[in-house]
Amino acid sequence: MHFEFNVEGGNFSKAGTASSQLKKILKQLNVDPRIVKRVVVALYEAEVNIVAHAFSGTIYIDIDTEKIEIKLVDEGPGIPDIELAMQQGYSTASPEVREMGFGAGMGLPNMKNNTDRLLVTSEVGKGTTVEMTTYLNS
Amino acid sequence: MTIKEVVKLLDAKVVSGEALLESEVEYAFASDLMSDVLTVEMDNVMLITGLANLQAIRTAEMSDIGKIIFVRKKRATDEMIRLAAENDIILIECDYSLFKTSGILFQNGLKPVY
Repeated sequence: MHFEFNVEGGNFSKAGTASSQLKKILKQLNVDPRIVKRVVVALYEAEVNIVAHAFSGTIYIDIDTEKIEIKLVDEGPGIPDIELAMQQGYSTASPEVREMGFGAGMGLPNMKNNTDRLLVTSEVGKGTTVEMTTYLNS
Repeated sequence: MTIKEVVKLLDAKVVSGEALLESEVEYAFASDLMSDVLTVEMDNVMLITGLANLQAIRTAEMSDIGKIIFVRKKRATDEMIRLAAENDIILIECDYSLFKTSGILFQNGLKPVY
């Protein structure tokens, strides 16, 4: 199964819409609730990151009997130092993002903790791609 | 502890999920930082927060948290109430501070997540 969702940068009222839809889909597919929670928490953090940092983005989701693969591709400023960004507590978020309850430098570590495989690639001035894989039988 | 008891202890008001007053809650987590809330792995948790916006509802939805108390006289908007209702999330508004709310609930047996 393949799904795609568009994400608008800066639009906090819509942040989480894609994660919410994926949650409904996974529940309908009778996926283990513990796995559903891990997947949607990781996706929600990633979705909020696009809203918080990028101009726009697209989420590609592929589900098969073994795994859930999610790829988030954004057009935005990119991440100059991914290793630094992965550190808990490091953040470049704006005060507006912090007011939303995010921007404490926990997003990427949370994503890592809730996925079986996380790959972040980025080009400064162009954008960031986040790939997450979760195995259904893990 | 039932939601009905929580509401009584806090002199609070239920603004969404009035039909679920008899449901039980065992744990509570108090935070205004949603990324922290997203790390909570337990079930049957109530969120106590002063962050009254759509992201608090979304965070609860993703974390399977079915109950939220907004403290410090923060009020839920119609949009928040609508989103909570869609996801069977109980919303409670309380005039007490985060500290006082947490203290009362802890004293009356609600457990911390860690």
